[in-house]
Formats: sequence, structure tokens, C-alpha cells
Amino acid sequence: MTKKSQTAAKSLMDALEKLGVEYIFGYPGGAAMPIFDALYDSKIKLILVRHEQGATHMADGYARATGKPGVCLVTSGPGATNTVTGLLTAQMDSVPLIVISGQTISPMLGKDAFQEADVFGITAPTVKHSYLVKSPNDVPRVVKESFHIATTGRPGTVVIDMPKDVSSAECAVTFDEAQMDLPGYEASPTYDFSNIAAMAKLIQASEKPLLLVGHGAIISKASKEVLALAETLQAPVVTTKLGKGVIPETHSLALGMLGMHGTVVANRAVAGCDMIFSIGSRWDDRITPADISKFCPGATKLHIDVDPAEINKIVMPDCSIVADAKQALKKLIPKIKPLKTKAWLDYLNKERKKHPLSYKIHGGLKAQHVIDELWIQTKGDALVTTDVGQHQMWAAQFYRNNKSNGWISSGGAGTMGYGVPSAIGAQLGCPNDTVLSISGDGGFQMMMCELATAFIHKLPIKFVVIDNKYLGMVRQWQELFFDDRLSGVDLEGNPDFVKLAEAFGIKGIRIKRPADVKKKIKEALDYKDGPILIHAEVVKQDNVFPMIPAGGAASDMLIERPKKKMAKPKGST
Amino acid sequence: MSQERLHTISLFVANKPGVLLRVTIVFARRGFNIESLVVSTAFDGRYSRMTITAKGADKDLDQIVKQLGKLVDVIDSKDNSEVSALERELALIKVQVSQKERQELLQVVDHFKSKTIDITDDSIIIEVSGGSDKISAFIDLMSPYQVIELVRSGKMVMQRGLQKEV
Repeated sequence: MTKKSQTAAKSLMDALEKLGVEYIFGYPGGAAMPIFDALYDSKIKLILVRHEQGATHMADGYARATGKPGVCLVTSGPGATNTVTGLLTAQMDSVPLIVISGQTISPMLGKDAFQEADVFGITAPTVKHSYLVKSPNDVPRVVKESFHIATTGRPGTVVIDMPKDVSSAECAVTFDEAQMDLPGYEASPTYDFSNIAAMAKLIQASEKPLLLVGHGAIISKASKEVLALAETLQAPVVTTKLGKGVIPETHSLALGMLGMHGTVVANRAVAGCDMIFSIGSRWDDRITPADISKFCPGATKLHIDVDPAEINKIVMPDCSIVADAKQALKKLIPKIKPLKTKAWLDYLNKERKKHPLSYKIHGGLKAQHVIDELWIQTKGDALVTTDVGQHQMWAAQFYRNNKSNGWISSGGAGTMGYGVPSAIGAQLGCPNDTVLSISGDGGFQMMMCELATAFIHKLPIKFVVIDNKYLGMVRQWQELFFDDRLSGVDLEGNPDFVKLAEAFGIKGIRIKRPADVKKKIKEALDYKDGPILIHAEVVKQDNVFPMIPAGGAASDMLIERPKKKMAKPKGST
Repeated sequence: MSQERLHTISLFVANKPGVLLRVTIVFARRGFNIESLVVSTAFDGRYSRMTITAKGADKDLDQIVKQLGKLVDVIDSKDNSEVSALERELALIKVQVSQKERQELLQVVDHFKSKTIDITDDSIIIEVSGGSDKISAFIDLMSPYQVIELVRSGKMVMQRGLQKEV
């Protein structure tokens, strides 16, 4: 059989199609033109973005919402460097993201060609793996390997940098012929479950158990097993910010998010437990104190993580298993019996009643009120994307997710600008879900150019701008720890976001009074004719509580604004 | 526990462009200095062997070894500090030496079972190999002389017995 010869760019598209790619989030340019030309004939739909960073967050949001890898296509030089923030965001949160970048022609590499950047070098610290493709015949193998690496083990990012002469040259290898060659990569290693019995024994000795569930459990699709474990043991569950929704947050055993802006009851549980069991969480510095000896002192610590480098990194567990969370829990559950936790749960329920998350409805419009109403009217079933800052913490507190893919937020990287584009990716991936993009006025303005992308595709996203005309989280710190010396946080001069939306052809509505919240949110949720923007003009001075100052322990939690001046926190940011 | 000491990390990696960059980033991002680095093609030319020495606390190095092991191009990563492995290093030392001093210097060379590989009227190049401690001791003994140039290969390690490359 004679092989039909075709360009490597065409082979790239064939490979992406065979791997089930529906959308490419991209932006063209000189070095990527052969690839865009091949895309012209492809079944894959191009989502033309307005900024390459937007493309990465869209692909990231798509990946988190669907569990499938997100794919970006950009040009060389600045096109590729604009993806670095998105790569970091995805890599830190273990999101499968593939960025394909055009590159100058091979003979010009390293010679400061027009729009040349050392993309391999610049992106190296933000990727799980990367390629500079030197031969057109490598393309099918590289794409196959990239998807395999991005989606298996601990998922992550892959960059494929493709010189223009390579993408336009003939490729003689088909996708089916291409063989992966990854001797250093074990996708599904034979996990060692020999510690299961020991772990079960340590669990069984606990009277005040606590399950700490993170993003790893969601990635491993272990919701059912986490719920079974919690219900069998009668053990309460706290989640990290990215573990939100792993079990419905309204479940009686769900205590909410722990850590810096976690619920009082979650942090009480951390302070009081005698056994803490991390399932797919990396004990990061938003939930553990700088002095790790103050973290759950005296409690037995157990850890399941798919990444061996996470074991002993922060916490030295008494027992650990390196494995996929779902597989490990399936083996563990038959080995455990209910614990006598009534007294423990009674104590926690009392704490929960004593210190509920709350806000005052009178005295101006509160961000919490808007988010709470969004939660009520969508019944916790929406996919919620956020930016970073106060609005994100309020959303984490008041939007109690039912779905394990319902919380799409930049955790590790804390990337402002993430909310708007990730909502576009999530809505494309899950067209039947309600998608709420909740942003602050700061983050929203970083990526608001992507409103055009949402408009073009008539995506029924609800863009909620929580506008307090401040970079509120930084201001909160300056108020609490820097003698109220407000520096660089005043966003006076914000645009009229309703008019801004209208300029993009998007309907905009404004909420200014608490009395309008219910009606206006209903109006927005009922609106089906494309995107809608809610401009919520909230009070300027509100702050997020509870709060554990950075580096502090659960016992250092501030439930409300402290009366006296606070020392500067010692933890990282 | 947190005391810093020198660790010898042995890596078996794909022999491809960019691998060294990925490896060094793991050290550089935490501000760790690489004290020595030896890279060469393995017996099977598709792979390379890297031997890296770096100073740090055991816990940090343990983390580094795990993070190196995670790199897609790294096939095997281990800390040889605790293992009984053979260590060798080679050094070339060029010493300015007068006719008068020459005899005395050659005695030191002989004692260390090292050898001279070049002699001129006023200089000698010495080749010394062995464990890194031996090399360091030899270099210390050269301090009374005028050392013109010193090159050390960096430490190479190999485990005893029938252990496979990986």
C-alpha cells in the first residue's frame, strides 16, 4: 500500500483528531501558519481567542470541566511566551494542558530570528514535559506521547514547539505506526498497596478522625469512594480549595474548606483531630503552618498521593501509599469498620452552629449575598470559575458545590485573569451546564478581552463581576498587617462594566441594592440568549473571615476582624 | 537532620537535547549549587549517565532525588551517599616548579600513586586519580608550590557487584 504523503502539520491535525480533540484554543502568527492551514481542513473547531493567555485558561477550564486534555495552538515568540502563566497555572494544579507553538525555521534557531524565543527553555520549569520537534516524522509520536504524559499519573502540561520548516515538511509516518518511546516514564506504575493493612489499623485506632481531601481525589474520580469511606467511618471531611465538591458540600459530614479562609468548623477539626488522612492533597502552605510541628500536633498523619515526591515533602506521614486515590480507597474500604465518632461529630456540629459562615444583608450590597443567592438559585449544581482574591474566597465559602467538576479556580498559582477564559472553556466542554464566572474587578479586567470570544460563540455564561473598586485581598492585608497603609490597591476609575459588556454585544445588568439581588440573579439565570454580565457594585470595605494569617496554625484563626494590631505574618504571602 | 552534607546523585537519563536543562532546574529553583557534574554516554548510546554532587540537608536532597525521578527523561535517580559504591575522580594539576623543588614534588607524586604526564624546565603536569578525598588531600599538598592550573573531572560512581545499569 502506498502511503499518502502529507505535511507534518496535517499529520498533527490527524493525530489530534484521533485523540478525540474537539476544540483548539488558539491565536495565529507567522510561525504557526502551516498548522493553521492544516486546521482549515480539520474537523477540530478553532476557538479564536483574543490573547494567548486566554487560550491557555480556556483549555485549562475545558480540561477541569470535562476531564479531557485541553489543547492550545499559538505562534512563536510573544505568542508562546504569553502562554507561560497558563502553563504554570495548569501545571501547579495538575491539569492536562497541551500547548503547541510555532517556532522559527530550524536553521534560524538561536540566531535571534524574528519572533524567535527559546520556548523550550522559557517554559521548562512550567511543564511536565516538552518537545522541540526536529524532524517531521517525529510529529505523530510526539503528539501521542504528549497526550499520554499530560493525562496519566499526576496530570500536567506539555509543550510542543514546532519549527515552521518542520510543520511544512512531509511526514511519512502515520499516527497508528508511531510508537511511543518513553523509557523514563511509568504511566500506571504497579502501585504498592502493602501499607493498606497498616493504614487501616491506624484509622481504626482513631476516635477523632478527619479526612482531608484534595484535587487528587477529584482527578482520580474518587468521589464515590471518599463518600463511602467517610460514611463508613462516620468521619468528617474537610477539603482543600481544589477539593471542593468531591462530595456534596451540603453533606452532613462535609465541614467545608480548611485553611487560611476555611470555615471555623473545618479548622477546629484540624486543630482537634487525632488522625488526619490526606487523600490527594499536598499539604500546601494555605492549609499548613510555617512551623509544621504545629500542624495537627499529636495526630496520626496518613497520606495517599499518586506522586511519590509529595510524600514527606511537607508533612512526614505515619503511613503513606503512593497510588491513585480511587484504587487505594477501593482496597482500603473493605478493611475498615465504623468508628465511635459521635462525641467528635457532636462537638464539631456545635462549632458549626456557633460559627456559621455569615454576612449582613443590610448596610450595602455584600459580595457574599450575591454569591449565596447564586448558590441558592443554581442549587449548587453550576460550574463556578473564579479569579483570585476576596471574591474567590467568598465564592469558595458560599458556593457549596454539589459536583466534583463544579469548582474551577486557580489554586497553586493563584492566577488573576483565570475566571473569564476558564468559564469559556468549561462552557464549551459542558454545554448543558450552567457556568458562573465569578471575578473581582481586578482579575476581570486582566482577561476581559475574552468577552468577545464568549459573545461570538453565544455561550450562555453568567459573568459576575464583584466590583468593590479595590484589589480587596491585598487591601485586607494592608489593613490588618501594614498599619492600613494602602499601597497600589485602589481601582477607582474602573469602567462601567454594564456598558463595557454592551460594547461587546453582551447584555449587562447591574446590582446595587441588596433588595434587587434575588430578582436580578433570576433574570440573569433565565437569560439564554448568549452571555450575560452581572455588575455587582458591592461595599468597598468588606474583608474575608475567618482568616488564619499566613504561616499560622489552625489555632491562630481569626473569626472576625481583630481589635488590636496584628504582627506581620511569617508565612509565604 | 537538617545538617548540610555533600550528596552524590546518580542519574540514568535519555541521551537527548535538553535533559541537562531539566535536571539543573530542579537544583536551581531552590538555589542549590551543583558542586560537580559528570555526564557521559552510557554503554547503550541511547542513554547517558550523570553523576552530580550537591550540598544540602538530607530531607531536601531526598526531595530533589524524587523530583528528578519524576522527569520524563530520567530513567533512574538515586542518592549514592549511603550506598557502598566505588567513587573515582581524576585531576590534572599544572605546577610551576624549580629544578631544586622537582625531586621533592616527584616523591609526593610517587607516594600518591599519581603520575606526571608532562615535564618542562619549569613546570610539571600531574595526573592523579582516586576517591575525591584523596584528590583533595593531594591538592592540599600542592599548596606550597605554585599551582598554575587545576582541573578536576568531578566524581564518578559505580555500584559494586552485578547490579544492572538500571
